[in-house]
This record gives sequence, structure tokens and C-alpha cells, in this order.
Amino acid sequence: MRQLSTKATCNSHGQDSSYFLGWQEYEKNPYDEVRNPKGIIQMGLAENQLSFDLLESWLTENPDAAGFKRGGESIFRELALFQDYHGLPDFKKALVEFMAETRGNKVSFNPNHLVLTAGATSANETLMFCLAEAGEAFLLPTPYYPGFDRDLKWRTGVEIVPIHCTSSNDFQITESALEEAYQEAHKRNLRVKGVLVTNPSNPLGTTMSRSELNLLINFITAKNIHLISDEIYSGTVFRSPGFVSVMEVLKDRNCDNTQVWNRVHIVYSLSKDLGLPGFRVGAIYSNDEMVVAAATKMSSFGLVSSQTQYLLSALLSDKKFTKNYLSENQKRLEQRHKMLVRGLRKAGISCLESNAGLFCWVDMRHLLRSNTFDAEMDLWKKIVYAVGLNISPGHSCHCAEPGWFRVCFANMSEKTLNLAMQRLKAFVVDSTAKLNNHHSSKNSKRKSSPKWVFRLLSRDCHRDRESDER
Amino acid sequence: MAIEIDDHQQPSVELSKVAVSETHGEDSPYFAGWKAYDEDPYHELNNPLGVIQMGLAENQVSFDLLEEYLEKHSEASSWGKGASGFRENALFQDYHGLKSFRKAMASFMEQIRGGRVKFDPERIVLTAGATAANELLTFILADPSDALLVPTPYYPGFDRDLRWRTGVKIVPIHCESSNNFQITPEALEAAYSNAEAMNIKVRGVLITNPSNPLGATIQRSVLEEIFDFVTRKNIHLVSDEIYSGSVFSPTEFVSVAEILEARKFKDSERVHIVYSLSKDLGLPGFRVGTIYSYNDKVVTTARRMSSFTLISSQTQHLLASMLSNKAFTENYIKINRERLRKRYEMIIEGLRSAGIECLKGNAGLFCWMNLSPLLDEPTREGELALWNSMLHEVKLNISPGSSCHCSEPGWFRVCFANMSELTLQVALKRIHIFMEQLRSSTLASNQDYSGCRFLVLQVARQPI
Repeated sequence: MRQLSTKATCNSHGQDSSYFLGWQEYEKNPYDEVRNPKGIIQMGLAENQLSFDLLESWLTENPDAAGFKRGGESIFRELALFQDYHGLPDFKKALVEFMAETRGNKVSFNPNHLVLTAGATSANETLMFCLAEAGEAFLLPTPYYPGFDRDLKWRTGVEIVPIHCTSSNDFQITESALEEAYQEAHKRNLRVKGVLVTNPSNPLGTTMSRSELNLLINFITAKNIHLISDEIYSGTVFRSPGFVSVMEVLKDRNCDNTQVWNRVHIVYSLSKDLGLPGFRVGAIYSNDEMVVAAATKMSSFGLVSSQTQYLLSALLSDKKFTKNYLSENQKRLEQRHKMLVRGLRKAGISCLESNAGLFCWVDMRHLLRSNTFDAEMDLWKKIVYAVGLNISPGHSCHCAEPGWFRVCFANMSEKTLNLAMQRLKAFVVDSTAKLNNHHSSKNSKRKSSPKWVFRLLSRDCHRDRESDER
Repeated sequence: MAIEIDDHQQPSVELSKVAVSETHGEDSPYFAGWKAYDEDPYHELNNPLGVIQMGLAENQVSFDLLEEYLEKHSEASSWGKGASGFRENALFQDYHGLKSFRKAMASFMEQIRGGRVKFDPERIVLTAGATAANELLTFILADPSDALLVPTPYYPGFDRDLRWRTGVKIVPIHCESSNNFQITPEALEAAYSNAEAMNIKVRGVLITNPSNPLGATIQRSVLEEIFDFVTRKNIHLVSDEIYSGSVFSPTEFVSVAEILEARKFKDSERVHIVYSLSKDLGLPGFRVGTIYSYNDKVVTTARRMSSFTLISSQTQHLLASMLSNKAFTENYIKINRERLRKRYEMIIEGLRSAGIECLKGNAGLFCWMNLSPLLDEPTREGELALWNSMLHEVKLNISPGSSCHCSEPGWFRVCFANMSELTLQVALKRIHIFMEQLRSSTLASNQDYSGCRFLVLQVARQPI
């Protein structure tokens, strides 16, 4: 009887999937320009490392913020004692204003409707606890962030039913896909409590169109369910079309203070836009006071450090800084994105046209030996072991079509990105050559399998790995 | 094609049962007292007649030591001149936690226990506060509708932390004043049988040592009995030791870790310790909690689950620096203990001279006060009536024993470390006057306390 709970012994933490496997391989053999130039380059980590210099110079110019001082006076004691789950008022005010700024100030947010949580990981789980019972379901468009399998399901017992999206229309959500998902849930005897979308999308890197958003609002209105819009990448939109938040569409439809207004909830975080995943700053925004009240109490289980709240309230209250940061960060992301796209093209690889995020959704279907997920896994292994790039296979994102991969571009230097592109090109050229040789010599003896195939067969890696990166 | 309105759904979409339940416990008197305080808070100059907060177990007596450390060690709250310091810290979200911080934490926990035990940093799992640690352990050790046995009286927050989202139940281990509320083997067995009778599966025992609200350490022999009990029943033992650094004398605290080491770790995989810096260091705002488990599977699982409640890397960096400075920590532990002891002696003496006895305590930020002789009737209602008067007439927010699930009415938890000495003296003066009024014949025989307020507040205007 001493054994652990069902939750402790199940696999819903999801850490046995290939997504985490790639990391493990990376950890064993990480690329380093000087010490390990042949190592694996990490392209599976959606981090934003492009704009730290802007943060660092702000910190140097504003030493009080990290030094527990306000106007030169120490407020250490006050902060050390501050554990009110309503959050530091100055911080919430600065955060909602920042959120409005990233939405072109087309919407505004009430700080009293914002709940702070230790990262978006915590925010998403908390919303599940608030909106659904164990055994109920949320619909999620595929492909989606692999971490959702853990965040939404593990301790809550909530189920995810996929809304299948395909490349035929650039993976946009359609009415029929929504209906199909809803019926699928019904068939599985799962009561649907809502839809959760990530906008801008991870892993697609695209913003949702107004028509998609309208479609979603129509759907949740008709089905009388919730909509969670995870907008953690909203500050990473670097190209048109710009970012349209679901709140903006609701406003345009004059939905303020209607029932559906109360069923739309936003998740935000500073992990991607500001590149601060270590600081654990997430938020839930809801127009429903009951949700706000329940989520606020639940946030006791994952409050944001008051030390960090204070630092960031000073940072985000500096409007000159935020304005400059947002525009500069976007420029740099755009440039990196271009670099990756160009590099891929040179290797004969295309990707989904995108305007946001820290990654591209790359089309490698033409490199698959067959249109299957097995072939995708084989290709992925080749790329990890033989090419030395850790990228995320579409299957781990529940993509309905094999051959797509998420490739990150903002978590390394330009030089490293270039090297990655060179390696990829070499691999493609080599593969194509092999393929041509194979076709042209039908009567040649069968080649023995390359060494890497045998290496792949021993997958004894059980090293744990942090999995909060998206 | 229009989207069909679905007939099968209910007309309105409710929130989850968890969201609308009251298991968060925030409607209890424990929280009502805070409300009254918030509405009329005492301030020495601006509001000398306001409510004095004695329901908040905060440690405010040693901040100067922390502030001094920060003045001398600016590197703790900054990231140095090199570019990589900030970047690395800002990116660090590994749920293993900063290694330097785990090491510092392990070493700090060892120092608190006088070096009598060793802690392995690899077994430390970090969480955003002990609140999160306790909930997390409950998720791991028990399934919904299972139970944990918890000795009464206990911290009111457990009702939320252990039960709310987990669906796990608490079955009380009743303790009584006749033996100073110590846990007995009989009480343990009774609680277990009680659960069995209700068809509830018991997964573990959760103790707080030193105890909140008793303000006393658990004796070694009792710890041995508890450990034997959980071993016999083959269940877990969670020891919440968040007040371990607040024991007034360096030798009076025995951690369950010491019991395990003495037994050469036999059966230790059932034991898990919870710790936090909220009480000993007075840093509740920084959200620093830990789970120390002797069970590998629990460590691994807890670590993964901690993704939902990681400690800010900025804060880990600060505390790694502070807690790895042995000279600082040794001095802090020593001085903090002395100051808390002094405060404790002040309040005990003050209460005694007012004719009020408390449980003999030796730790914590509060004392367990016995007002049962003052009760109108020896019931929960009688206790709440008295509590209400203390709050509205004497203007002191103290915590009624019933909110701690105490089986005997009339006990109250009174905090002493969350205010200045001056404020404590004002509070004691008010209590003094209140008690004098009760004893004198000016009050009606039905013990109407409302006449006290005028007198109590009169006194408050006079210099101490």
C-alpha cells in the first residue's frame, strides 16, 4: 500500500516522448563553437535569446529595480513579506499595459481581471482546474505544443481531443474540423468544456486570421463552451499580418459583457516575448469574475516571487523601454526568420509562411522515404544523429501529416544558425545523391545499412530533462 | 454552413466543481479576522486604536540581518558585469533547480539541525513555497478520496492545500490538552480505524514539527512512535519542518531525519520532509519551498510536477548566494533564535501577569493560549463568541482553535513575531485591561464584553 498515486505512476507527464528524447541526445553531445564543434545544435528550444542586451542595459541604468530599492529607499522588507495572491498592484498594472501595447492598444485590460501564476505552464493547468472536471475534454487544433499533454491533462484528469488541421489550407482551423472534433469527443463520451488555441501558434509560427477567430467565437457560442487563447507569443509578431487578439474580435462584434465575453480567457507569459523563462511569470486574464476569483485562490500554489514582480514592474512601467524593446525585438526576429528561411531554401526545403514566433514549421515531406510517421521518425533520427540538429518532429506535436518539423531560430547565435543550415544542406545534397544513385542502379547489390542505423536502435536514454521550453 | 446549436448541452456552462467549492476554506473565521484587520489596521501613529494583527505567523524580527547581508553583497541581487550572468539566469528554467541553490539549501537545513544529519542536494526538489510542496506531495502520495491523517490542532491552510484540487481527505488524529496535545499511539490507531470505518484508504500521516499552532517541537520518543506506526501500516510520513529554524534553543528540535539516520535509513523511502524559507528567514513573498524525499520515485515525480510551481531563477540566485555563506547563516540562525525566544518570553510573561496561561512552547512564531476558563459555554459557539469580542472589542485578531480543528474549545493561537516590541506591548496591555474588566464586577453576569472596548481603547491612548 506504500505505492504512489495513479498520477505519480502514469505516463501523462509525457516525458517519454521523442520531443524530450532529442533533448537528451543534445545534452549528451551539445554543440559548442570551441569545445565541441561537431556536437548537436539545439534547434528544439523555443527561447528568445536575441534581445538580452536591451534588458541588460536597462538593468545597468536602473539598479534600484533589482536592488530592492524604490527611489533610493530600501523596500526589501515590504517585498519579502508580500505574498498576497492578488499580486503587486504596480506590476499588474504595468503588465496589462504591456499586453495592450503588444496588441497595438486596440484592446485594454483591467488589472483586477489578471491573475499572476508561476509561468504559463501553471496558468494553463489552473484554467483546466477551474473550467473542467476530470474526464471532461478540451479541443485543441493540431499541431500543438507537446507540453500541453502534461500541462492540461496530468493532474487535472482532463482529456484533449484534437481538431485536425492540414497543410491543404496552411493548417488553419475550419468549421468542419471543429465539428468533427466535437463529434469525436461525443463518441468517446467526453463532455467538451472548451477550445484551447495558441495564437500566435506554436509550432506553426502564424497568427490566426480574423475569420478563424470569428469562426471560433461562433463555435463556442453555439456549443456554449469556453475559449482559452494562449497568447504567449503575441509580442513576437514580426511581420504582417499583425496580431489580432481574440479580445479585439469580441470587441468588434460588440460582445462586451455578453455571455460569450465571460467565456473567453487569455493566457500570457514573459517567457517568450521578454526571454525570461527562468523568472516564472505567467498570467490568466478573464472577464468572468468567478474564474478570476477561483484562479486567484489557486494561484497560491504557484505565486510569482515578489522580488521578480518588483523588478518587472519597474521594467515594464518604463514605456520608453517597452516601446523600443518591442520594435527592436521584432526587427531582430524578422531578420533571423529570414536567415532560416533562406538557409532552408538553399537546401531545397520550404516551410510554412509565417509571421511570428521563435521557430518555423518546416516541410520535409519530400525527404521521407514513405508518407508515414515511421519514416518521419527515421528522418528525425538521421537529422539528430547524422546531421547533428535537434529539431522537433511533427508527430510529437500531434500533427496529422507526417514530414513536418519545428525548427527554432532565436536560441542561438547567427554563426551557429548558419552552420546548422550548412549541415542541413550537405545532408540533403548527400541524401539526394544517394537517392539518385539508388534509382539509377536498380540492379546493384543492396547496400548495407549505414552505421547510424545501428546507433539509433539503442535508445536507452532515461536521463531526465527539463521540459518547460516550448 | 451554419454551426448547429447543440441540444445535448446544458443551457449554461458551469465552472468545475473544484472552482465553485468552498474547500479553499476562505470563508472561515481565520480569514474573517484578516478582513477585519484589513479594514481597520493598527498603526502606532496613524491608527493607534486599530486592530492589531496577531493572526499572521510572519517572522519580522531579523530583517536587519538580511538587509545587512544584501548591502555587503550586491552580487546576490545583481548579475555581475559579465553579459552571461543575467542571460543565463533569465533562461534557467530547469526543474532540477540551480545546483548552487540546492547545495546551499541542503547545507542550511543541516545547520539548523546542528549538523546532526546530512542532506543530499540531489534529493531536494524546489517548489514555489511550502503551500505548493504540500499539495504536490499529496498529489503524488494519494489518489482522490484517499486520506492523510493529520494531528489536531493543525494549520487551517491544510484544508485547502491538501484537499482542494487533489480530492484527498484529511482524517484528524485527535490530540488533547491533558497531555499537552502530544500525539499518542492510541490517537493514531483511532484515526486510522476511523478512516477504515468510513471506507477511506489512508495513504499517510502528515505532521508539522515544530507544530503550528502549538509552537512546540515533537519529542523524540513520539517521533519514534509515529514512524513505527507508519511503518506498521505501510503508509507515508510527511514531516512539515518549516519552523525548524525557529526553535528557541539549539538542542530541542529533533527532525525525523535524525530518527532515520539513527535507524540507518531502514524503511526511509516512506518519509518526506517539507521545508520553506517563509518562516525561518521571513521571506514568504519570495516563494521558496522544498521537498526532501528519501524515495527516489517521489523525487523524480515531484521534480517533474514542480514544473507547475518553479521558483524564480532570480530568487534562487539571490538565496544561493546568501545561504552558501556559512558565516552569515550560522550567525543568522543563532541571533534569530535568541530574538524569537525573547519575544516568546515577553508574551508569555505578559499573558501570565494578565492571568492567562499558554501551552509550554519552545518554537515557532506564536503561542497557544488557553482561554477556556473565559468561555460562556465550553463549545465552539462559545469560543467564536469570545473570538469575536477579542476582534471587535479588544481589537486583536487572534486565531480561534476551532479553525485549527482543535477538539477542545477555548484555545487560541497568538502570533508575536510579526510586529514591533512596542506593538506587542500595546496588545498585551489591552489584554490585561480586558482580563481585569472580566474579573471585576462591573460586567454583567452574562459576560457581555462590549463594555470593555471603551476601557481598552482608553488605555491605548496612554503611553506604555
